[in-house]
Amino acid sequence: MKHLLSTQDLSRSNTISILDTAEEMAAVGDREVKKLPALRGRTVVNLFFEDSTRTRISFEAAAKRLSADVINFAAKGSSVSKGESLKDTAQTLSAMGADAVVIRHWASGAPHRLAATDWIDAAVINAGDGTHEHPTQALLDAFTMRRHWARLSGTGSEGADLKGMRVAIAGDVLHSRVARSNVWLLRTLGAEVTLVAPPTLLPIGVEKWPCKVSYNLDDTLAQGVDAVMMLRVQGERMNASFFPSTREYSRRWGFDDNRLRALDRLGMKDTIIMHPGPMNRGLEISAAAADSPRSTVLAQVRNGVSVRMAALYLLLSGDTREPAQPVLATAGTAQTKESN
Amino acid sequence: MAGNTGTYLIRGASILGGEPADLLIRDGVIAETGTGLSAGDATVIDAAGLVALPGMVDVHTHLREPGREDAETVETGTRAAALGGYTAVHAMANSTPVADTAGVVEQVYTLGRTAGWVDVRPVGAVTVGLAGEQLAELGAMADSRARVRMFSDDGICVHDPVLMRRALEYVKAFDGVVAQHAQEPRLTAGAQMNEGEVSAVLGLTGWPAVAEESIIARDVLLAQHVGSRLHVCHVSTAGSVDIIRWAKERGIDVTAEVTPHHLLLTDDLVRSYDPVFKVNPPLRTDADVQALRAGLADGTIDVVGTDHAPHPSEHKECEWAQAAMGMTGLETALSVVQHTMIETGLMGWADFARVTSTTPARIGRLGDQGRPLEAGEPANVILVDPAARWTVDPYRMATMGRNSPFKGRELPGKVVATFFKGHPTVLDGELNTPYPYAAAPAGAA
Repeated sequence: MKHLLSTQDLSRSNTISILDTAEEMAAVGDREVKKLPALRGRTVVNLFFEDSTRTRISFEAAAKRLSADVINFAAKGSSVSKGESLKDTAQTLSAMGADAVVIRHWASGAPHRLAATDWIDAAVINAGDGTHEHPTQALLDAFTMRRHWARLSGTGSEGADLKGMRVAIAGDVLHSRVARSNVWLLRTLGAEVTLVAPPTLLPIGVEKWPCKVSYNLDDTLAQGVDAVMMLRVQGERMNASFFPSTREYSRRWGFDDNRLRALDRLGMKDTIIMHPGPMNRGLEISAAAADSPRSTVLAQVRNGVSVRMAALYLLLSGDTREPAQPVLATAGTAQTKESN
Repeated sequence: MAGNTGTYLIRGASILGGEPADLLIRDGVIAETGTGLSAGDATVIDAAGLVALPGMVDVHTHLREPGREDAETVETGTRAAALGGYTAVHAMANSTPVADTAGVVEQVYTLGRTAGWVDVRPVGAVTVGLAGEQLAELGAMADSRARVRMFSDDGICVHDPVLMRRALEYVKAFDGVVAQHAQEPRLTAGAQMNEGEVSAVLGLTGWPAVAEESIIARDVLLAQHVGSRLHVCHVSTAGSVDIIRWAKERGIDVTAEVTPHHLLLTDDLVRSYDPVFKVNPPLRTDADVQALRAGLADGTIDVVGTDHAPHPSEHKECEWAQAAMGMTGLETALSVVQHTMIETGLMGWADFARVTSTTPARIGRLGDQGRPLEAGEPANVILVDPAARWTVDPYRMATMGRNSPFKGRELPGKVVATFFKGHPTVLDGELNTPYPYAAAPAGAA
């Protein structure tokens, strides 16, 4: 694995390696000294063509915990806004010796272009491209679900998958890179995914995806779910006639208080509510749902750092076939060193 | 009638893929045909194994001049055309300034004659500045030295139904034709690729087939209503083929064109996010490709038009969404059509001549192009080696555009010679010299 561009081309074993490595990384995060020397001397560039403070600081924290040098390159107010091309930006970063480029871009496929061209020889991590994919978000979601699923079955997370887990992903699937990355990754891990959305917010061709599609959130909940992931919906979609009003959207497809109560009524005490953030409270998710004990929103943020550490570590340390061993060794060494 | 173009005896060429015969070219015309013609003072060209065809006529070429000489000039574009087997091209109107006045179309016409590689027939814009608001002076362009007969806002659809109706009606006054770029603009806002399975996965805004088909359906009905001639540019979907077939069955005067790339490539290629595959209308599905081939074979689609659209490299070396739409095509069209239509058994070389020369010349009202290979006809003739195979290398092309989607593919068929008005613009597969307009008698066309 030289790049992390999409979850579609991640094998089951690669996925589980990343998640297992992330567990190791999470253990580091629980320590008083949250730092490993693994990427000392390596340079990670956060190349952001689109504002996303949350994702950027998550990657920044991940890289710093691995002792990498971090350069933040925000396209706004930079040479990019003066018309510099992606090619020139990439070649500039290459000349500065970037080992990894974490790229967030409004254009679908921009990370693929960086990886496929000879503009730059660094590892490329897709931190969200247009309406295409957001693989580290899907990995952190899967990480969060796997911990939950393993705890329910009374086993450990390591090496486990999501076989049999029923996941509903509800909202603006059409414009969601999170939904796409999750559909492919959750399929690979054996979960059963149902997409729930108004027909206007599902892409033409969705029927070929490895999941079920529903227009009715209540029916989907009634049939039983183990995790409900609410997608952010942008109010301005209303102006493009994707739905009549935010209130109608919220009534039909939002996770409101009635649906929160329905989970209790239907006896689904272990069902979790997920959201990739930032949330529109009162639109796709009610405040009570967001703040309920079922909500994993903050766990997802926490797990994001671990998963991104794992991705950076695996890409920059090369060998992905036996990732667990070197991490364990590194972690052990680090602990010794830091305690000295 | 031009003179001073020399005398050539083409010996033993397969005429339209049929029986071998000799063609004697003298003073710009085919002077004699037959077998065992005596050479006399003629330069003899051994054409054993070669197919003789009428010079190809492109109904859809972007030469970019005036305005974007960094992408292509009339000189470089027509060199590419000659090498590709063309003796005439229709230069689309979306230059800068737009070819919406007699002045601009005459400029392009003059540039074409100065270059001398092929007939350059300017296409006039339908509306001022391609803005879709007000008719350009179509009559002035028709009456100009460029004698424009084809009008198009290509690149942009004439989407206002009233304006389209008026344009169709108005051009009847001078036997013109409106060539429509069929694209419903509201259904294609921000569109990046064909809308379907692949766009769903790639997260690229879809360009639905219905946006093309709904405009074609409207326009054939308008053409029927006002009794006008309609040409549909770059048909790309199976549904469009069905609608055009339906219109022709009703006697509506519609012609349609397909590009070589839509005969071969599908939207699966977009998975690479390589903008060399970005084009408008977009690459579609394999079912569409098969329907387009069948439509071309059965005559529903009348002609092959290249939609040759060169772009500077910086317009393709970028993110998909930022990239320009378009592909080069003049130097690969013959090979792609041979590969997709002839080698598949769907067509023979006589059909090839019909869809690349005879019918395109008729649509553009070019009297001296697309003629039979018979004595007394203008000597616009090409010789093709159908057994040749070559690997496409955009850096070895005459066009300035490096954006060939066929890069690296092995294709059949090579143009060995192109005779334009009896003069060899291409010999032995290489550019020779342009047609010597200056040496020709005054008034030669």
